[in-house]
Amino acid sequence: MIDISNISKTFNLGTVNENTAIRDISLNVRKGDFITIVGSNGAGKTTLLNLITGSILPSTGTIKILGKDVTRSPEYKRAAYIGRIFQNPTLGTSGKLSLEDNMNICSKKGFKGLKISLNAKQRDLFKKELVALEMGLEDRLKDNVGLLSGGQRQALTLLMTVLSRPALLLLDEHTAALDPRNAEIVLGLTQRFIDDYKLTSMMITHNMKHAIEFGNRLLMMDRGEIILDVSGDEKRTLTVEKLVNKFHEIRQTEYVTDEALLTL
Amino acid sequence: MIEGILVDGLIFAVMAMGVFITFRVLNFPDLTVDGSFATGAAVATMCITNGLGIFPGLLLAFASGAAAGAVTAIIHNRLKVPNLLAGILTMTMLYSINIRILGGRANVALLRVDTIISNVIKLGGSIPREWTLLIFMILFTGTIKVLLDVFFHTDLGVTLGAMGDNEQMVISQGVNPKTMKVLGVGLSNGLVALSGAMLAQYQGFADANLGIGMVVQGLAAVMLGEFLFRSNKIGMLTVQVILGAILYKALMFLGRYYGYYINLTPSDLKLLTGILVIISLSIAKTRNTVGSKKWGIK
Ligand SMILES: Nc1ncnc2c1ncn2[C@@H]1O[C@H](COP(=O)(O)OP(=O)(O)OP(=O)(O)O)[C@@H](O)[C@H]1O
Ligand SMILES: [Mg+2]
Repeated sequence: MIDISNISKTFNLGTVNENTAIRDISLNVRKGDFITIVGSNGAGKTTLLNLITGSILPSTGTIKILGKDVTRSPEYKRAAYIGRIFQNPTLGTSGKLSLEDNMNICSKKGFKGLKISLNAKQRDLFKKELVALEMGLEDRLKDNVGLLSGGQRQALTLLMTVLSRPALLLLDEHTAALDPRNAEIVLGLTQRFIDDYKLTSMMITHNMKHAIEFGNRLLMMDRGEIILDVSGDEKRTLTVEKLVNKFHEIRQTEYVTDEALLTL
Repeated sequence: MIEGILVDGLIFAVMAMGVFITFRVLNFPDLTVDGSFATGAAVATMCITNGLGIFPGLLLAFASGAAAGAVTAIIHNRLKVPNLLAGILTMTMLYSINIRILGGRANVALLRVDTIISNVIKLGGSIPREWTLLIFMILFTGTIKVLLDVFFHTDLGVTLGAMGDNEQMVISQGVNPKTMKVLGVGLSNGLVALSGAMLAQYQGFADANLGIGMVVQGLAAVMLGEFLFRSNKIGMLTVQVILGAILYKALMFLGRYYGYYINLTPSDLKLLTGILVIISLSIAKTRNTVGSKKWGIK
């Protein structure tokens, strides 16, 4: 489904700030995979997603989505296959547009014409979808999204992102900016949408428990490399302790505290 | 007198709607306006004096303005220069182009030819000239307002609305933001040029310097309108722009009429306009820091 071969990314090449964020990564994402990604700050997790979406271009290597080479294709073209949610809830929606307008923009990917597709039927559909969030948003179609709380806004972003049934769903710490209660709600919704629509997904998280509990495959990144890739039974029987031990085994380094490498 | 101000304001409102689209909807501060306003005036004037007709003249004026706006957006997109610089480049180039359009002269009069204004006055028969014009301009500007409202309800229009607020979201939806900028800045300058075309016929001549200071004047109108009331509906926002444009023209009229007593001359009006914008900006700033909601689009 996604084929990443020998991809590297060096920022500010040839300057004093030269920084290799991704080192020769190869990764094959299979259809239906729900991959969780962990790793310390600056490990390159976000950069890996940026390379997949095309918001930055790799220094070397190729990326194929559904068999098509998209290594050099611009972000907006790849967006046809990809749904992405950021940590910041304001990035997924337009605060100065109403809920219904936001949902309308997201209901179909690609260039928008001079059609007025927002009609009574469409509104009913949106309402039905919003009911699933259990936040009472179905009665607020005409409200500006800027009036919603962070949790509501992120839940809406999630709903809007899956509205077009993307082939790949990318989640970058999408619950990190929310309070624990809202984080649980949004995470629960995430799991439900992924199950219901059989979405292939990659989720970055700093929460080890979530990384182990969710998904069928876990990647650990460190200093621009994928140092661990577990799936199947091994993933199912994984514990936080085992994961930390594995990290030490691989890197053969002792950090002063485990917190230095992973926020537990 | 009051009819004159209203007619003036309604012609000007078409330009202000263009400024509203770039500054408020797209969040693309565009300075092309100072050039494209005169381009519209020049194109319409030359079409009419050369016998091409009034409506082809208006259409071509709109198209040439739209092309100028598109050039600004393309410079910005391709060369990745800031939108302000892209606008200044186009505006500067337009100054030469406008004189070429006017046949190498700085101004061309519309004498002894039919214009949309003279035709409308004829149509009005015995109704006083200014009243006929007022009714016509209400219809003209009203039609453009309604068309714009409808446009901003289409999928494309709504997406343009999202552009100025959250470009990332637009990209994530598979829409090319560069195309959106070309369309948005193009539409804006099309309206600006159309306004210039109307003004040339109203005042009876086109002048290469007609557009100097237009952006700031348009901005003043938009900001004045925003003080009148609050709304997030596009239909109401365009009403704000039109009322703001009329209010601006009224203020300028007062400045010209009574300014004489404090030794103001017409050349001081641009200074007054700038001060007006600065005052509006500072009021808007204190209002926002007080915590009231910022304007938004439906
Ligand atoms: N646009 C950029 N320009 C220069 N350097 C960058 C850029 N984006 C990321 N980097 C660098 O690349 C490295 C990896 O960053 P990245 O954001 O991918 O880390 P991360 O694993 O997502 O970390 P976090 O958990 O803190 O989000 C960092 O050293 C960062 O400074
Ligand atoms: Mg990150």
